Amino acid sequence: MFKYLVSSIRHVGHGVIDSTWRLGYASRFFILVLLKSTTSLRRFGLVIRELYYTGVLSLIIILVSGLFVGMVLGLQGYETLQKFGSESAVGTLVALSLVRELGPVVAALLFASRAGSAITAEIGLMKATEQLSAMGMMAVDPVARVVAPRFWAGIISMPFLAAMFSVMGVFGGYLVTVVFIGVDEGSFWSQMQNNVDFRIDIVNGVIKSCFFGIAVAAIAVFEGYDAPPTAEGVSGATTRTVVTSSLAILGLDFILTAFMFRGIN
Amino acid sequence: MPSENLIEIRDLSFSYNARAILKGINMTMQRGKVVAIMGGSGSGKTTLLRLIGGTVSPFAGYVKFDNQVVHELNRNALFKLRRKMGMLFQFGALFTDLSVFDNVAFQMREHTDLSEAMIRDLVLMKLHAVGLRGAHQLMPAELSGGMARRVALARSIALDPMLIMFDEPFTGLDPISLSVIGSLIRRLTDALGTTAIVVTHDVQESLQIVDYVYFIADGVIAAEGTPKEVLETVKPFVHQFVHGEIDGPVPFHYPAADYQADLQLEENFV
Repeated sequence: MFKYLVSSIRHVGHGVIDSTWRLGYASRFFILVLLKSTTSLRRFGLVIRELYYTGVLSLIIILVSGLFVGMVLGLQGYETLQKFGSESAVGTLVALSLVRELGPVVAALLFASRAGSAITAEIGLMKATEQLSAMGMMAVDPVARVVAPRFWAGIISMPFLAAMFSVMGVFGGYLVTVVFIGVDEGSFWSQMQNNVDFRIDIVNGVIKSCFFGIAVAAIAVFEGYDAPPTAEGVSGATTRTVVTSSLAILGLDFILTAFMFRGIN
Repeated sequence: MPSENLIEIRDLSFSYNARAILKGINMTMQRGKVVAIMGGSGSGKTTLLRLIGGTVSPFAGYVKFDNQVVHELNRNALFKLRRKMGMLFQFGALFTDLSVFDNVAFQMREHTDLSEAMIRDLVLMKLHAVGLRGAHQLMPAELSGGMARRVALARSIALDPMLIMFDEPFTGLDPISLSVIGSLIRRLTDALGTTAIVVTHDVQESLQIVDYVYFIADGVIAAEGTPKEVLETVKPFVHQFVHGEIDGPVPFHYPAADYQADLQLEENFV
């Protein structure tokens, strides 16, 4: 009994020490990536290539998901609002839900699973097949040449993807409520225009997605670079990227929302 | 006047997680020679290459490359030094997102200000030397193992290094590719006046092309000499290794408890 107690305490202790150590290691890696970013910002072609792979190739899933999320929001919003006779407010509901919360958060979750996992797998496999060591032996720093461009591409593409998600969502809401159900088009748009504030709603949404972009990109490149150079090592790292990024996005969202929207209205 | 020795290794020791891998190694490699380092799997051959390339630091002793002690250099000086080295990794380690041409051009684009036209000519010359000029537009995934190894060889000589390190260049190749790689190593090093280190356990192929052989066992140099001396040696370990004998100083059986006791024969048969 005593032995069991000691071993379970030891187990917890080990877990805490390991996670703390890993967090410290990840932070040092994050700083290293920032320090080595000058090369990728000077040779912006490297970042543009990664922007295509992380950003442009994520467009389809972002646009289609945005459309459907907006359509569902419109449908649900209309069903509830019409009970109170205020179905013309459905535009406001759709737009606010999207630009404040769903746009940044859902786009970031999709981005983590589509692009984040791909970045991790690519860097992890480059490590496993000794491509990173080969680069180091050629006197080219792999952090500057491979990691930093992917990191910056992730950060840059995230806000754009979130914005496009919201735009498609608003269009989806418009499609369902105005075109299919027949809510008055004028009041749909004018209510939205009156109640969505550029500074409070849209800018805050963009700031959120910037934070999410940094979190996802940092986690994805770190997991890839840190992955054990084996098949299960890379698969484990890919899974960890998606899980850790998703939790980080949701946690960050709560903190940011508490700071941004507390006390408004 | 450069000294005749490109690499001098003195009393080199290295441990990994408290397990001693190299225990006081001494080696000298002259310019323009092809030197083989042989030894069983896990004997620290690849670690030795890493020490020469400066990706790990020794616990004691030093590696001197071109009159510079490798582990004492700062990062910039080390990167400068590595431009004088080429390395061929075990399975080529080609960059899978770049074409054959771009793989060979990689270092030229990273480290030189050569024009694209000049780079194109140089890359095609390097690829021609390994017989793959016609494959320059292929992606690494479209190459066979032997071709990938040849492209990696062309890439490792891209900047005409003073030293090329080959990490198990013969592993997993068919007999034709094996001879091709073997003769390329010899021909290219002679043509470029480069020194080459070949880490391998392919005895037959490598003894034909090298000038000198070091055997590493248990972290020390078990034997050294020219291929002729090595073939004629009577040292039990080298003899077993060179002739591929199953049992000898390197035992067939992993250390285990007594066979009879393990099978619990006494209990069943008494």
